[in-house]
Amino acid sequence: MAKIKIDGKQFEVEAGKNLLDTCLELGFDIPHFCFHPALGSVGSCRLCAVKKYKDEEDSRGRIVMSCMEPVTDGLIISTHDEEEKTFRAEVVESLMTNHPHDCPVCDEGGECHLQDMTVMTGHNYRQFDFKKRTYQNQELGPFIKHEMNRCIQCYRCVRFYKDYAGGKDLNVFASNNRVYFGRFEDGTLENEFSGNLTEVCPTGVFTDKTAHKHFTRKWDLSNTPSVCTHCSLGCNTLAGERYGTLRRIRNRYHGDINGYFLCDRGRFGYEFVGSDNRIKEIWKQNGNREVVSSESLSEVLSGAFQEGHNMVGIGSPRASLEANYSLLSLVGTDHFYHGVSAHEYELTKMALDFMQNSGIQIPTLKQMETADVVLILGEDLVNTAPRMALAVRQAARHSMNKDAGAKKIPEWTELAVRDNQPVLSTQIYVATPKKDSLDDVIKQPFRGGYSEIAALASSVAALLDKNAPAADSEHKKLASDIAKALQNAENPLIISGVTCGDKEVLQSACNVAQALLNNDKKVMLGMIFPESNSTGLSLFPGKPLADLFASSEKKPVDTLVVLENDLYRRAETGQVNDFLLKCKQVIVLDQLQNETTVKADVVLPAAVFSESEGTLVNNEGRAQRFYKAIPDGENGQARESWLWLNELKEIKENGFEGWSSLDDVFQSMLNELPAFAALKGKFPDEGFRMLGRKIPRESFRYSGRTSIHARESVSESYPPEDFDSPFAFSMEGQQEDPPSSLITSYWSPGWNSVQATNKYLDKPNGDLKGGNPGIRIFPTAAKSKTSYFKLNGSKSNKGTGEWQLFPVYQIFGSEELSAAASSLSERIKEPFLLLHPDDARDAGIDESTAVQVEIKNEKLTLRVNFENSLPRKVAGVSLQLPGMPFVALPGSGKITKM
Amino acid sequence: MLSEVEKKEIQEEMKMYPVASAACLSALKIVQEHRGWVSDEGVKAVAGMLNMSNEEVESVATFYSRIYRKPVGRNVILVCDGISCMIMGHENIYEHIKEKLGISYGETTSDDRFTVLPISCLGDCDHAPSLMVNNDHYNELTVEKLEAILSQYK
Amino acid sequence: MEKPLTQHINPKSAPLTFKEYEKAGGYEGVRKALKEMTPAEVTQLMKESNLLGRGGAGFLTGLKWSFVPMDEASKPKYLLCNADEMEPGTFKDRYLLEGNPHQLIAGLIIASYAIQAETAYIFMRWAYKKAEKMINKALAEAYEAGILGKNILGSGFNLDIHLHMSAGRYICGEETALINSLEGRRATPRTKPPFSVVSGLFGQPSVVNNVETLSWASHIVEKGADWFKSLSATGTGGTKLYGVSGRVKKPGLWELPLGTTVREILEEHAGGMAEGYGFRGLLPGGASTDFLVEEHLDIPMDFSTIAKAGSRMGTGTMIILDDKTCPVAFIRNLENFFALESCGWCTPCREGLPWIEKILGAIEEGRGRMEHLEILQRQTKYLAPGHTFCAHAPGAAEPLQSGLKYFYDDFVKHIEQKKCPWR
Ligand SMILES: Cc1cc2nc3c(=O)[nH]c(=O)nc-3n(C[C@H](O)[C@H](O)[C@H](O)COP(=O)(O)O)c2cc1C
Ligand code: SF4
Ligand code: FES
Repeated sequence: MAKIKIDGKQFEVEAGKNLLDTCLELGFDIPHFCFHPALGSVGSCRLCAVKKYKDEEDSRGRIVMSCMEPVTDGLIISTHDEEEKTFRAEVVESLMTNHPHDCPVCDEGGECHLQDMTVMTGHNYRQFDFKKRTYQNQELGPFIKHEMNRCIQCYRCVRFYKDYAGGKDLNVFASNNRVYFGRFEDGTLENEFSGNLTEVCPTGVFTDKTAHKHFTRKWDLSNTPSVCTHCSLGCNTLAGERYGTLRRIRNRYHGDINGYFLCDRGRFGYEFVGSDNRIKEIWKQNGNREVVSSESLSEVLSGAFQEGHNMVGIGSPRASLEANYSLLSLVGTDHFYHGVSAHEYELTKMALDFMQNSGIQIPTLKQMETADVVLILGEDLVNTAPRMALAVRQAARHSMNKDAGAKKIPEWTELAVRDNQPVLSTQIYVATPKKDSLDDVIKQPFRGGYSEIAALASSVAALLDKNAPAADSEHKKLASDIAKALQNAENPLIISGVTCGDKEVLQSACNVAQALLNNDKKVMLGMIFPESNSTGLSLFPGKPLADLFASSEKKPVDTLVVLENDLYRRAETGQVNDFLLKCKQVIVLDQLQNETTVKADVVLPAAVFSESEGTLVNNEGRAQRFYKAIPDGENGQARESWLWLNELKEIKENGFEGWSSLDDVFQSMLNELPAFAALKGKFPDEGFRMLGRKIPRESFRYSGRTSIHARESVSESYPPEDFDSPFAFSMEGQQEDPPSSLITSYWSPGWNSVQATNKYLDKPNGDLKGGNPGIRIFPTAAKSKTSYFKLNGSKSNKGTGEWQLFPVYQIFGSEELSAAASSLSERIKEPFLLLHPDDARDAGIDESTAVQVEIKNEKLTLRVNFENSLPRKVAGVSLQLPGMPFVALPGSGKITKM
Repeated sequence: MLSEVEKKEIQEEMKMYPVASAACLSALKIVQEHRGWVSDEGVKAVAGMLNMSNEEVESVATFYSRIYRKPVGRNVILVCDGISCMIMGHENIYEHIKEKLGISYGETTSDDRFTVLPISCLGDCDHAPSLMVNNDHYNELTVEKLEAILSQYK
Repeated sequence: MEKPLTQHINPKSAPLTFKEYEKAGGYEGVRKALKEMTPAEVTQLMKESNLLGRGGAGFLTGLKWSFVPMDEASKPKYLLCNADEMEPGTFKDRYLLEGNPHQLIAGLIIASYAIQAETAYIFMRWAYKKAEKMINKALAEAYEAGILGKNILGSGFNLDIHLHMSAGRYICGEETALINSLEGRRATPRTKPPFSVVSGLFGQPSVVNNVETLSWASHIVEKGADWFKSLSATGTGGTKLYGVSGRVKKPGLWELPLGTTVREILEEHAGGMAEGYGFRGLLPGGASTDFLVEEHLDIPMDFSTIAKAGSRMGTGTMIILDDKTCPVAFIRNLENFFALESCGWCTPCREGLPWIEKILGAIEEGRGRMEHLEILQRQTKYLAPGHTFCAHAPGAAEPLQSGLKYFYDDFVKHIEQKKCPWR
């Protein structure tokens, strides 16, 4: 600890951090541009100047950059002295000499850090009377708009894009006052985290192109906390609404998960809610399609709801707990099926069982960043759990920090730390079938089929603990390197996932973790699941789809209710066709049209995430609430799934009085499903009030409230009611200091930009005041109750003439909902097969030609892409890109020329 | 795109440093030596050879004033506009070049014979005014001397 | 008067070959250091000699070397010779590089030995084509003679010296920018601390020294600290290459005792002002130093005395402002240079210098306003040391702030007459 004096006041603070960080933590408004809590200090903008005094006698002091100044005991500084105030104003004045002053047409206006700093430093009179410098802009693809004239050269963009996210195609060019930030030539920014540029850039150089299509100023957005539904990590988002539509998704800080950054799928995937494919009416389908009014729903259905009829429900790993529970409650536990394949069902259960009973630490993404040794098995993180890839990338910092620390270089001196280790040497190991986005930060890649990966991992486990099942990997040296590194690690991390789809890889990953546990080592196990609520669904009673298919052979289904689930993505086409034929009545609730809705007798329009409320459980077992951003009734007849199911239940059960609110459903779920007991009383319910008032979604400055509805009525209409959450659809209410899970906006006097986030944190880059949202529902076992998995040994296809096929996920395209987002869909590749060029040559296959791939009963036509990094006779099949049927992967298959 | 000779020279340079990317500047200079300037293709080729992205190479290439990212004539005249040359009358020299060749700073004669560029102090201050044509220094310039100098470059 | 650095230099003939220099006793220092002295002793001797760096900042060379960690784990280490010399008005290193490359090589060997670096780079300005040739030839001879390479003189010490030709940019002379440039990156300066002696080239301990500084090393080892101290007029130590350019009778470069007065250099060695030109002021050590005027002429050109007069010794090569040259144009030329050469990293330098340059242009062209002068005054304070990331912009502010002090009336005349009185 260090005693320091700021403006004459004493503080006791942590020593060794940088002064700016400390001042921000203490609540001082020190202007800054180039410093970002996650990107460290580089000292380029010179705005964070404060005055430092030698001792109590020193009255003159000297200007230092607070971001570059280490906090030491006895430090005396002022933040208000005239000289430093003048200097800071001059820095802004400098930057404004060339700035276009185009705030009215700039999308950053109103949430612009440059505006904030200009006001904060007091620069207001322009003395520069010469021509301004101008630049040409670039076309950067569907996500990001570029307007270089607004640039203030803080270098944050390249520091985020290149240094933090590992992007290669954005850089700084030229020098002196012509420096330019962009690409080599026009073209799409390729990095998967490019969207963060919109929040990292303190002005309007990089702005959200998707939001521009329906632009709304920050103060005019009605904001609601949401949770990303596009992968299993559960990053927190802010959904912004105006005129009844979703306008923008922004990062919502979460100290354990996403921190300041989202991936592009999470940020831009939202556009699916406005897709032409949205279902907005109740449809009765029977060769033709008939729109049904809500009132006559019961007439359409009633016939099938008699006593004794066999009614079954298929739940969904992308639907909320409440929606799944409503379905379970409608059809009864015995008739509730998890809408996933038997294979996925088994792997998910297995992984969860290990996570709950092994006593292992399930790390947050933040904790992953601190790992010193990482072993990733089978998972291509950037495509299956994108934000996790970004976290692991930060773990590469560990070795840099260690090197730098030995020379007393503080961690926060961003460039000094990097310059000190120009040739990265980390202890990150990745074993995947093909080249990986993390390859540039890893110690050594291992490329092999899943059986080789499992064998490698098993060898590692066996080296760590003699009692672990022995395995026989050809890669003894690598296995022993990895084992040694893990053994000596302070903070080892193993990552694998259900997504890779291989049981042996998953089991061997658990075995490595178990071996470390048995050695009494601390170890973290990061697990990836396929969808946003895979974990939650898996904690429900119920059986996999295959069981339903089998039982329907014996006992035909009278009414099938499918909840937010396209069965054709879960099982082979023929199987689903056969099954659906056996169901007398098929009712499907979904948001977008798909193969399953086409086959339905009745389609009910389900609300999307931004129109509904519910709870999702992420990959670390954290239950999180998302709330509706759009008032009911804005999207035709679309309603939240639990409401539809509630109605079906009312129709079906005479005695059922109905759930009156989400809280009712939730309570009922907690009573019935013990797995969720930990959630009891943990979420603020509808009745939650602050100082007797609801929390407003709109800011104090929300404009046009009366005029928005002037078409309907010139008198001000009553704001829509929200019966399910503590939020109001208006600006009335208690805005300040909400619980961390109910933050609707980042704002603080003087801080209109997203930089205001820091005011909501215990310290920059730290935790939200009041704790990070979400409830971890797995009780981690105190002692390991698990034992080693016995592996069957490798079942390589060598010599069988068949190919080992593994799934290739794509951040853009493999996830069902985001694939329907219009901008994001521009980035989706057509279905492909990855082949080693030598394999292709042997088979006489050329690049870019179409081939037929036969996997079990499914035949796919795929375009061939060469991939040098693949092992021989192992081929990758793109997974679930639009237009692709379900295929059982990994597996073996035949490839034939067409 | 790179010739065998260029590749070999770049490989030689790479031996001087423990990491390949450190040879980036030298590689660009080699390309320029052979081609007079560095084209987009040149940047890409260097990037490919040193396992860098185009952006990484371009970031370096555009920082340095002696890497030409636009075509230049067969001969490049670098007129020193450093302070000592200014005092000693570099303006006359430049004016004469402008008049004689019909080009200003940054321009190339239509026959591609000359490009003229300003250059900061050449370190010939005690013999100012000075200029360079390609790799040759010329000092204590007068208009007459300049005539003779230019005529040597075809 | 002894002229150790230039005694063997004759610009009209080729520099001494290895054999010739060896015969003249030039490598004796290397022999002595490698065979008779420990690295620590060499460093200690350097410290005692009080050799102040000749690159501009005047830092004690032996002290810099002594900061280098000497444990095995700190290897590899690098010695970097700063031969970038792009300071306008400066041409002293070029003289040494072209005139006596072996003297520099001998110095590099000794410095490398002292810090136990096995690789040294000479970072040279691209325009020094002749120097490039001379150094390459000398390096080849030195390798041939076995004074470079493995196990030099049987001492077990290995050293490779590489010549790196820069691609042009003044900022490359700043030692950490130089390091980035050597790594093939943009030459933006680095965060300090850490200092290069701890984390420099490729993250390894590295010493950066100027050509003139290093050229001394072998002489000092051979003849001792006391001898070196005795060479200067003021006791600081050594001789100095002083140069003069501008409208003087005999512009040139001379090796003189450190601390020779400005007047002696200007009047005796440079022959005084050229016919028809009067003296108005001078920059004592390159473009980034403050003006000195008539009243300062009797000051000894030594680091501390020049500093007391409100300027800096810098490179010791003076630029003379005569009475037929417009001081505003003079300063504008310099600021144009500094604005162009800003690396673009920090705000005051990147944005401030172009504004200064534009104002000076406006004043010179008769578009100036009195408020412009206030802005200029303000900008010189804005670019003060500590306000910027490196010393480039503060250096640029020096001729402007002192110019405004000594030639204020000339600025006003431009504004009042709406034209340059010299045109
Ligand atoms: C903008 C700038 C340019 C510089 N240019 C040179 C240069 O060209 N040559 C040089 O030796 N030092 C130059 N220096 C000084 C170096 O940073 C460094 O102090 C010097 O090379 C150390 O050598 P010395 O200790 O032998 O003097 C420059 C410094 C700055 C800030
Ligand atoms: S003062 Fe700043 S912008 Fe100027 S050269 Fe130094 S670091 Fe670069
Ligand atoms: S925030 Fe400190 S210099 Fe930019």
